[in-house]
Amino acid sequence: MRISMDLELQDTPGQLIYVLTPVSDLGGNVMSVVHHHDKKTFRNTVPVSVIFDVEEHKLEELQKRLEKNGVTVVRIGKMRLRARTHILLIGHIIHTDLRHTIDEIDGTGFAEVQDLSLSMPAIDGPSSAVVTIMATGNEELKKAVEILKDIAQRKDLLVIVPIDESGISGGLSNAE
Amino acid sequence: MQNSTSVFKLSIIGFGAVGQGVAKVVQNVPQLKVVAIADSKGVALMPDLEDVLARKRAGQPIANSDLTALDVIRTVEHDVVVEVTPTNIDDGEPGLTHVREALKNKRNVVTSNKGPLVAAFSELTHLARTQGVALRYEATVGGAMPIINLIRDTLAGARVLGIRGVLNGTCNYILTRMAEEALDYDQVLSEAQDMGIAEADPTYDVTGIDTACKVVILANAFFDRNATFADVNVTGIDRITQDALQLARQRGFVVKLIGDVQELTVSPKLIPLRHPLNVSGTLNAASILTDTAGEITVAGKGAGSIETASAILSDVLSIMRSRD
Ligand SMILES: NC(=O)c1ccc[n+]([C@@H]2O[C@H](COP(=O)([O-])OP(=O)(O)OC[C@H]3O[C@@H](n4cnc5c(N)ncnc54)[C@H](OP(=O)(O)O)[C@@H]3O)[C@@H](O)[C@H]2O)c1
Repeated sequence: MRISMDLELQDTPGQLIYVLTPVSDLGGNVMSVVHHHDKKTFRNTVPVSVIFDVEEHKLEELQKRLEKNGVTVVRIGKMRLRARTHILLIGHIIHTDLRHTIDEIDGTGFAEVQDLSLSMPAIDGPSSAVVTIMATGNEELKKAVEILKDIAQRKDLLVIVPIDESGISGGLSNAE
Repeated sequence: MQNSTSVFKLSIIGFGAVGQGVAKVVQNVPQLKVVAIADSKGVALMPDLEDVLARKRAGQPIANSDLTALDVIRTVEHDVVVEVTPTNIDDGEPGLTHVREALKNKRNVVTSNKGPLVAAFSELTHLARTQGVALRYEATVGGAMPIINLIRDTLAGARVLGIRGVLNGTCNYILTRMAEEALDYDQVLSEAQDMGIAEADPTYDVTGIDTACKVVILANAFFDRNATFADVNVTGIDRITQDALQLARQRGFVVKLIGDVQELTVSPKLIPLRHPLNVSGTLNAASILTDTAGEITVAGKGAGSIETASAILSDVLSIMRSRD
């Protein structure tokens, strides 16, 4: 389950480790961390927003460990990925480019690459891939698709999107 | 009313696949009389249609006069010029001059030739209006599939919000065969060329130019866009691979070349298998989104001699009826 947490950390270097360690100890995977240095509190703490994936039943334990580490948990949000789309890429797809693209989309916090299939029929011929992206809503999904398109076009890949994404009736298809 | 039983005279300028189809289908309508037929080499005046068709099939010249096509358009008395010469997207010629001269001489024009309309849409429609004659071009988009007259007549009163569709039968055939038979692009292309579905030089179809021309015509006809070919963002199907189509299939999609009139784009899109635009083979399909009638989808044969001639005939007949 994807979680967004608003935390408060002491405004001294090295505090983030008190957040990242318990998350990874519980098998979680951090997608993004944003420090709001400009919103320092009167308690001399800095608000931090963290987005990560963790199994839902470990959430309570995580909260305990964070508080034991002196981290204030202000808000816990469970993000649901409602919107989904598939995108077809054709061209000289290089694995490292794809990895980078996936990281960039996962790093948004509001979208993730749920699935990717790659087909490379010949070493020197073009390959193709289908990327499945999920996001918290249609607007977020559009932003994630733009990120992918941007990268793909720079790499001279042909990008084929579903018809409804830009269609006359508008709107991306929602996941079931 | 007095004219309703009198003959309605037409010329056929261009005597290839479509021109010959027109010569065949007009024979079903006793009121229609073909006064001249022109090909690139000359003009047959007051032709016997069966005889001219037989000559053309046998590769013999059809001309029986010294007139040129332009002479016919300017000087022979008739009601409708059927302009069916080859499409030229660079300057619209020779069709553009044919259409312009016909309108200037107060003759109605029915055409399947996209060239003149892509090159000079607003000039020609304006000229037709000021001359008080009709310029009709149903056959330029989607062949036998009704779209222009469907929107103009049947959907009159509804506001068109968007039009998009599969508008090139050659591309649709290639993509369908590649996906269904797991064949490579080059293989299917040569097969299509053998069958006469693709031209020897397939560029015009497979790079999306033909679809873009249709998008331009629809954009000008229904969205007052004054668009030209250069305004359309075009991506063709020539980079699509067979294994990409298989990947799409596994996710429940086919790939179609879609012309989107509102957006002025032509590009391959993923289409869900059960989507109304998922038509196979050489079929064309178009969805029209309107404010009051919702979304309407039509499909039909996008090309072919008789099929295209049927769209031309419907335009000719509606001009004939409006005169009565
Ligand atoms: N074929 C289809 O299914 C289809 C569908 C929709 C629209 N269209 C459009 O309809 C038009 C005709 O298509 P088509 O398939 O019939 O083409 P086509 O078979 O190539 O025939 C073109 C005809 O035009 C004649 N021609 C060329 N230059 C001429 C000139 N200056 N004056 C008089 N005649 C001239 C040619 O003469 P020769 O016989 O002497 O060469 C030929 O008879 C094209 O614009 C095409 O894009 C075709």
